[in-house]
Amino acid sequence: MTDSPDNIAFTARAICKSFPGVKALSDINLDLKVGEVHALVGENGAGKSTLAKIIAGLHQLDSGQMLIGQASYKPLGRKNAERNGVRIVMQELNLVSNLSVAENIFIEKLPSRLGFIDYKKLNADAGDITKNVGLAEMDVTAQVSRLGIGQQQMVEIAAGLSQKCDILILDEPTASLTDTETELLFAQIQKLKNEQVSIIYISHHIDEIMRITDSVTILRDGKVVSTNPTSELTAEKIVNKMVGRELEHNKLRHNAKLGEVVLRVEKLTRGKKVRNVSFELRRGEILGLAGLIGSGRTETMRLIFGADKADTGDIYLYGSKVPAKINNPRQAVKNRIALVTEDRKEQGLLLPLSVTKNISITNLPRLSRFGWINQSKEKAITADYVEKLSVRIASPHQPVENLSGGNQQKVVIAKWLYRDCEIIIFDEPTRGIDVGAKFEIYQMLDELANQGKAIIVVSSDLKELMAISDRIAVMSDGKIAAEFSSDNFSEEKITAAAFSEYVNQKKERP
Amino acid sequence: MKKGVSLPRWVTDYLGMAIVLAILLAIFGYSARNFFSLPTFKMIASQVPDITILAVGMTLVLIIGGIDLSVGSVMALCGAMLGKSLITWGVPLPLAIGICMLTGLLCGAVNGLVTITWKLPAFIVTLGMLEIARGATFFVTGYRTVDTATSLDFITETTIAGVPMPFVIAILIVALGQLVLSRSVFGRYMVAIGTNEEAVRLSGIDMRPIKVTVFALCGFLAGVAAVIQTARISSANPNVGVGWELQAIAAVVIGGTSLMGGRGSVIGSFFGVLIIAVLSTGLDQIGAEEYIKRIITGAAIVAAVILDYYRNRLSAAK
Repeated sequence: MTDSPDNIAFTARAICKSFPGVKALSDINLDLKVGEVHALVGENGAGKSTLAKIIAGLHQLDSGQMLIGQASYKPLGRKNAERNGVRIVMQELNLVSNLSVAENIFIEKLPSRLGFIDYKKLNADAGDITKNVGLAEMDVTAQVSRLGIGQQQMVEIAAGLSQKCDILILDEPTASLTDTETELLFAQIQKLKNEQVSIIYISHHIDEIMRITDSVTILRDGKVVSTNPTSELTAEKIVNKMVGRELEHNKLRHNAKLGEVVLRVEKLTRGKKVRNVSFELRRGEILGLAGLIGSGRTETMRLIFGADKADTGDIYLYGSKVPAKINNPRQAVKNRIALVTEDRKEQGLLLPLSVTKNISITNLPRLSRFGWINQSKEKAITADYVEKLSVRIASPHQPVENLSGGNQQKVVIAKWLYRDCEIIIFDEPTRGIDVGAKFEIYQMLDELANQGKAIIVVSSDLKELMAISDRIAVMSDGKIAAEFSSDNFSEEKITAAAFSEYVNQKKERP
Repeated sequence: MKKGVSLPRWVTDYLGMAIVLAILLAIFGYSARNFFSLPTFKMIASQVPDITILAVGMTLVLIIGGIDLSVGSVMALCGAMLGKSLITWGVPLPLAIGICMLTGLLCGAVNGLVTITWKLPAFIVTLGMLEIARGATFFVTGYRTVDTATSLDFITETTIAGVPMPFVIAILIVALGQLVLSRSVFGRYMVAIGTNEEAVRLSGIDMRPIKVTVFALCGFLAGVAAVIQTARISSANPNVGVGWELQAIAAVVIGGTSLMGGRGSVIGSFFGVLIIAVLSTGLDQIGAEEYIKRIITGAAIVAAVILDYYRNRLSAAK
């Protein structure tokens, strides 16, 4: 194929995009040929989804330009992009769960007569569409909430395909599909290709990329590393390119003194997200948990903390030979385990309440006498932690919802530090916070470990993990894929491990 | 709002309601000739204790993000148990009062346990209890009012420093409720649960006993209200308390408690009760008809919530 202009469906030139505190994309160039399947791959935070969202009109670019064919293209929103023939099917489901499949597919333009929905036409049309994507068996009158997650994803895709488009973006479309459904999707992609639709395909699954895409653009740290025809690449080459070699990490962790094993997780399993996970954690150790988003790290931590129940597997604490009984967070805390959750707004903080009340909530029994809160003690102790963690607040009565992300995170950490747990799990402790606060949190983690606490840090920022961990375990598709001790850290090896379960997947296919 | 000029929290919280109350008193004092008189205040003081006590329980339930629609019926059932024990079954007075309060406690505990065990909306569970308690009242009394004669008069006739005992009890319960809410671990947990249940759970706190206790407390307070209410009319009327749950909710909402949970004040609810009582007594005295009373009370409830909306925006902008 030659690169003559009429062959190009879409062009991006020098696209830049920043979010507060992060440069998400810089100087992105991309050419999408008519009728090709073009893969976007990269590590967590490489900028794949941001780029997809800019093309689909969900984010606006800061600088650079986009062309559809030869015409300038500046989508102001999703609708606007759709009018220009660009559609996106996102990873998160956008279905109205108590409406039927047919209603969901046509939600934007329900066929109607005199204001009443024409169900006969609706269901017939929806039937055509689902048949088209190979879901001949699907009952379009069924309520979406009754379908499995994979089927819902297929409905979402069907809805995306129901309208004509020239450029289709699929963001991790197979994340919750079964093998058969994946095959159906691939058949559909082939069909769209034949109709000259151009497809941008985002996926962790390198085997899929090797199979169905025509070219691959690799992103790293918001920049394009390379664009190649898929035929010139191998799975190993792709992983290597994602990693690059430029990395030098500053080691922030020194003088680790490891003590006895305080946590031993044995064959922990829950559904497909956490599969046979085993590892150990020692006193005075910082264990980094790496892996792609969705690889089961948060789910594993929630099992240890009792926030969810494991199907099978045991947790042994503080050298005990008897498995610990942790059925809920209360029991976990009793066993001196703390979890600083990933989603601080929904799960960590009482947003409208004051800094003081947020810090003291885990410790009220200690701050009270006969059930009455000792307010001066409460004030003194929270002020103490505010100072220790240098949380910047206007007053201890300030609602935490008015604090910046970094200060909110410090409040969550403070409430657990005061609880004085032995095993502290930090799930994405530095996400969305500024560089200064990040550094303070690293120092605090270092200090905690040196005090003899056992610490697990889940992070999608590999440099961060390599800087602060004594050991890194890598999860891939629900399993622990590899473990590295600090003299063995390398971004390549860790990234390769993170992708390993997705590359090697030999799906049983007929 | 600028930090320098902001008043202490408790002033800003109650100042608005105190002003509304003062304006109402001024209007009625001006338009009804005998409004500022001892009988008027005596009447208000004798009318508000039972609804105040119900409103305290309702405040606590709303703060944890629940609701209790059954308080009116439960109060009637408690009253029926009190009247029946005392008059028909010949139970000694202290025990009869105990039975009355225990009935309320049990009804509330059932509300709480059912809500928590099956994770049902409190609205539905307590709506069921509303019917069940009323039915039970009819069963216990055989649809007939039980005349308690003078056996409970000591409650209404005792005065403490010139103030009738029911009013003193109501004030004590308000004070205690506010204290529990703002100073106790239990109260802090309640506010936290109403703010973000999941965050509380993930802080390692078992909130089920707390929630059940709050519902049980609300039922218990309905029992206390029943004693005072029965004493006031010297009889246990099986039809008493119809719609009182809504009056209590209205007072609580006027007092600034959020129906969404997490925010509220018992003292605010007391102000709410007073505002409604003054409004209704005042309108009576200027000869307003029932329909106009209802329209004005309804408008006052909505106006209170609108005011609250602006007050929240102000404090959020701080």
